Amino acid sequence: MKKLTFYPGCSLHSTAVEYDESTRAVFETLGYTLEELADWNCCGASSAHATDHYLSLALPVRNLVLAEKEGVGEVATACAACYNALRKADHAVRTGAPEAVEANESMVEVMGRKYGGGVKVVSTLELLSRPETLAAVKQKAVQPLRGLKVAPYYGCLLTRPAEAVAFEDPEQPTSLDRVLEAAGAEVVRWSWKTECCGASLALSRPELLKELARRIIVAAREAGAQAIATACPMCHANLDYRQSEIPELKDNPVPVYFMTELLGLAFGLKKAPAWVGRHLTESRSAVRAFLPAGKAGSA
Amino acid sequence: MSVALVPSLSFMREVQARSGQPVSLCYQCKKCSSGCPLGFAMDLLPHEIIRLIQLGARDRVFAANSLWVCTGCKTCQARCPNEIDAGRVMDSLREMALRAGAGPTAPKGRDANVKTFHESFLSTIRLFGRSYDLGMIALYLGRSRAVSEHLGLGLNMVRKGKLKYLPERIRRMGEIRKIFAKAREKR
Repeated sequence: MKKLTFYPGCSLHSTAVEYDESTRAVFETLGYTLEELADWNCCGASSAHATDHYLSLALPVRNLVLAEKEGVGEVATACAACYNALRKADHAVRTGAPEAVEANESMVEVMGRKYGGGVKVVSTLELLSRPETLAAVKQKAVQPLRGLKVAPYYGCLLTRPAEAVAFEDPEQPTSLDRVLEAAGAEVVRWSWKTECCGASLALSRPELLKELARRIIVAAREAGAQAIATACPMCHANLDYRQSEIPELKDNPVPVYFMTELLGLAFGLKKAPAWVGRHLTESRSAVRAFLPAGKAGSA
Repeated sequence: MSVALVPSLSFMREVQARSGQPVSLCYQCKKCSSGCPLGFAMDLLPHEIIRLIQLGARDRVFAANSLWVCTGCKTCQARCPNEIDAGRVMDSLREMALRAGAGPTAPKGRDANVKTFHESFLSTIRLFGRSYDLGMIALYLGRSRAVSEHLGLGLNMVRKGKLKYLPERIRRMGEIRKIFAKAREKR
């Protein structure tokens, strides 16, 4: 088993427990053990960068210092928002942006040392989409997701700003496509892969959020998708939570899955039905053919 | 654009210094606005905000809802031929408006809810080192009184076990307190 230092972020410990559990289970199946970075703090998410530039640097940098102190060269995170914040802070420090240098200097007073630029933050999507991991996914997919048409949805935070976060073409990413295909799913072509879902407006402007979610979900359906796959707990919340409040989708919803839930189904993991059962939009029927219980019932 | 403007460079210089963005380079190609997912809800589109900054029209810029509606998705940043990050400019405008406190730049109506949300979110991080949804929601709803539009969702989230009752608190909270104290000093 290879050890992987993991930064879960707040969502995976609260609203997106199913993403946390499915990420750990899928990586374990692929031969990794995930060890949480000790005493990690919130990255500050959109609220820090939207209102206070110093906080948007200092909060993530504290985590980078913690990792560097432990001698960890690579930190993996499954949350696109955390990934974005950690990568942007790391990039700003390493490229010598004046406010970042200043914020980093202040960490000496805060925690006795500053960040030396020696930690690589990787997203679990990037790890899964590496050729050797894709081969392992194919091998472990005892229950390939044949016939399931999925729209791969990347959102903003894994792709922009490209110079700090992108690990592939920011306008036409394909990593999630390849991961889903390795699990046997059929990926639809659509042009809404990297549109914004409106995460930071979830509570303050729900009417705008619903319009952004509606456009994305309808576009997925029009492209022939039965489901949407995401690697971001913010995107998941925004696309999953309010479909019952959107007239166009209320009676005809489109389930939204974390990529690792779909991999868990393909791997035949027993806990997968419980994960998708936690969604607010009904998500079992679209994948019934791949649920362990459904299989037993039809046998 | 009916009100006469007296062009002034001081506002643009202030925004450029704070954001680190070369606002003066904009030649109005409108790629930022064409790709902006929130354009439909903005009083002024991103390219218009940038132009008004160039012209020194401070009041017009802060009177628009654009800086409160921008989600920071960086589509504009990705497509600008002059490498201006209009999202970062919006962040800086928001910071300037918040630092000025009550007064003409303060967000009004629904825009004020955006400010209230961010403050509520950051409050829980200041207290616990990690975000605490239930606490954040309670603070936000208490301040914004926007209970009715979230009631159904809130109940569904409780039913599905999406909201944890207790916060997670990190061990070395002293470090978080110092970070927030420094942020306050910088205002």
